[in-house]
Amino acid sequence: MIMPALSVTPRAWRIGAIALSALVFAFLIAPILVIVPLSFSADPFFSYPIEHWSLRWYAAMVGDDPQALLWQRAVVNSLIIGLSATLLATCLGTLAAIGVWRSPRPLANAVTALMISPIVVPIVVTAIGTYYFYARLGLVGTYTGLILAHAALGAPFVFLTVAATLASFDETLLKAGAILGASPARVFRVIMLPLILPGVVSGAIFAFATSWDEVVIALFLAGPEQHTIPRRMWSGVRDNLSPTIIAAATLLIALSIALMLTLDWLRRRSERLRLSPPVSADRP
Amino acid sequence: MTSRTHDLMRIGLEPTARARLRVNRQSVHALMLIGPCLLFLLITFAVPIAAMLFRSIEDPELADTLPHTAAAFQAWDGVGLPPENLVRIFAQDVAAARETGNIGVAARRLNFEVPGFRGLLLQTARDLPDPEAPDLLQRLSEADARWQDPLYWRAIKTAAPRFTARYFLAAAGLQPGSDGALVQPDPNRRIYPTLLLRTLWISLVVTVLCTVLGYPVAFLLATASTKYSNLLLLLLLLPFWTSLLVRTTAWLVLLQNEGLVNHVLVWAGLFDEPQQLIRNRLGLYVAMTHILLPFMILPLFSVMKGIPPVLMRAAYSLGAGPVRAFSRIYLPQTLPGLGAGALLVFIMSLGYYITPALVGGPGDQMLSYFIAENASATLNWGMAAALSLALMACVAVALVIFARIGSQALRLRA
Repeated sequence: MIMPALSVTPRAWRIGAIALSALVFAFLIAPILVIVPLSFSADPFFSYPIEHWSLRWYAAMVGDDPQALLWQRAVVNSLIIGLSATLLATCLGTLAAIGVWRSPRPLANAVTALMISPIVVPIVVTAIGTYYFYARLGLVGTYTGLILAHAALGAPFVFLTVAATLASFDETLLKAGAILGASPARVFRVIMLPLILPGVVSGAIFAFATSWDEVVIALFLAGPEQHTIPRRMWSGVRDNLSPTIIAAATLLIALSIALMLTLDWLRRRSERLRLSPPVSADRP
Repeated sequence: MTSRTHDLMRIGLEPTARARLRVNRQSVHALMLIGPCLLFLLITFAVPIAAMLFRSIEDPELADTLPHTAAAFQAWDGVGLPPENLVRIFAQDVAAARETGNIGVAARRLNFEVPGFRGLLLQTARDLPDPEAPDLLQRLSEADARWQDPLYWRAIKTAAPRFTARYFLAAAGLQPGSDGALVQPDPNRRIYPTLLLRTLWISLVVTVLCTVLGYPVAFLLATASTKYSNLLLLLLLLPFWTSLLVRTTAWLVLLQNEGLVNHVLVWAGLFDEPQQLIRNRLGLYVAMTHILLPFMILPLFSVMKGIPPVLMRAAYSLGAGPVRAFSRIYLPQTLPGLGAGALLVFIMSLGYYITPALVGGPGDQMLSYFIAENASATLNWGMAAALSLALMACVAVALVIFARIGSQALRLRA
C-alpha cells in the first residue's frame, strides 16, 4: 500500500503512523461493531459471549402492545417530520444557493454567513429559542413546529452542497440554452437541474440525516404525540437501558450505512461526470 | 423613476451604465431566489433566538403581573420594612393578580431571589387580608411572620425593574449588593464562572485528543493508495454517519460496570474489580473524542491530499533529518487543515449537551446542560438567555481566534 513517491518517508514513522491508525480505527469502529451483535442476543444483559441468538428485541418493536405501538409511532413521526423538513430545506436551500451564485461578491458573502448560522449556533440555544418563540405562536407540541425548526437546521447543508456543485457549473450553458430559444424555466429544468442534481440530493440527504438524528430540539418542541425515534431512545436510555434500545440503534446504524453509501455513489457519479469531456469541449 | 430609466435608454446609455443596469437586474433576480430562504431562516430561526436572548436583559414578570407594586417599589429606598402605603399597593396588586390568575408568574419570579418566596406569596394571596384595612403589614405578618423580614421586601424591589443586568452579573459570578456595589454571592450561587471554565477545559482537552489521534490517521489516509484509502474512508464515515445518540448509547453499554471493557480489563488482570468508567470525566472524554474525531480527520485529510510528496523528498535530499523535514516542511503545510479541524471540534464541543447528560456525572455537565435546565426546569428565562449569550460569545471568540491563526498560517505558506 506504500506509494513509490513516499518510499523516502522514514520507515519508523510510517510504521508508527500505521500502528496508531490501526488503534484509532479500532476505537472508531469497535462501539458500533460491539453493539450490533448484542441486539440479537436472547439475554437482556449486554454481555459477551452471546449464548442464545434471538430476534426478540426486534419483535418487541412490532405487534400491538403499548410499547411496540410507541416505537412504531416514533418511526412514522421521524419519517413525517424528516421528509417534510427535507423537502422544505431542499427547495429553499437550492434556490438560495443559485441566487448567491448569481449575485455580486459582497452580497454573496453576507448572505452565505447568514445562511450557515444555524450550523454554528449551539443546538441548545436554537432549541430553547424556538421553544420560547414557537410557544407564543402555539407551535410547541405540533408537527408544524418541529418541521419548521428541523428545516431551518437542514437548509444550510443543502445551501452548502448546492453552492459547491455550482462552483464548477459552466455559466455559458445557460446562455446557450437561452440563445436556442428555451424559456428560463426550461433552461433550469433541462440544463441546470440535471447538472446540479448530485449537490441537491447530497444536501437533501444531509438535511434528512440532521432531522432523523436530532434530539435536543425534539426534547423541547415535541409533545408525546410527536416523539421521534431519537426522542424515544433518549427517554429509554435515561430510564433504564433496555435491549430494545440497542435493537433500535442497530436499525438506525443500518439506515446510516444506506445513506452513506448513497452519498458515496453520488460523489463517484459526479466525479465521473466532471472527468468525462464536457459537451462544449470544442469551445475556444 | 421608470420613465426616467426609459428616457435614458432612448438617449442610448453608455456601455458601462448599461452594464450597471444589467448587474442591478441580476442582483434583483438573485435576491428573489435568496429571499424565500432568508425570510424562512429569519422567521423560524433568527427572530426566535433574538427574542429569547432579549430576555437576558428583560425582567418583565413583576412589571407585568404586579405593575403598581413594581413601579412603587423602584422608588423605595429598600431600607428596613416598606411604609404602609407600599404594602397597601402590594396587597391590591396581589388581589388583582389573583383574580387574573397571574399570581403564579410573580411567585415563580420572586422565588429566584429568595427560595421559599413562591409558597409564601401563593399562601398570602389565598388568605389575603382586606387591602383597605389599617395596619396591613401587621395583619400580613400575623398570617406569616416572614413578612417581618426585610429580605422578602427587598426581593420585590430587586425584581421590580423591567430591565436588568443581574443575569449577566450572575453568569459572571457577581450580584449587586444592597448598596449598589458588586459583591460575590455565597459559593453555591456562584457556579457559572466555574461552569464556563469547565466547558472551555473539556472542549480544549477533546480538541487536543482529537488532534493527537487524528493527525497520523489523516496522514495514512492521504498517503495510502486509492484502493486502501477509499476503504479506510468508508470505515471513518460509518461512525461519522451513525446517530450521535446511538454512539453515546454504545459507549454506555461498553463502559458500564458490567460492560465489555471492564470484563476485558479484569480478565487481562489489569484490575481486580470493575472500574468506574462511565458517568465521570473519563467516560465523557472517551465518548466525545469518539464522536468528534472524524471532524478533525476529514479536513486534515483533504489538506494533506494536496501536499505534493516531492517537497518532502526535496527536503531529505537537501539534508534535512526526518524531524526537521516534518516540522519545517510538512507540518506548516497542514496548518490550514489542522486549524479547520480544531475549530470544528472545539466549537462543536462547546455546545455539547446530549453526550455529557448521558455519559457524564453531575460534575461533568457543560454550559448547555444548565441552559436547558434553566429554560425547562426552573423556567428562569433570564438566566437561560444570559448563559446562551455567554456560550455564543465563546463560539464567536473561538471563530475569531482561529480565523486569525488561519490567515497567519496561510501567510506562512505563501
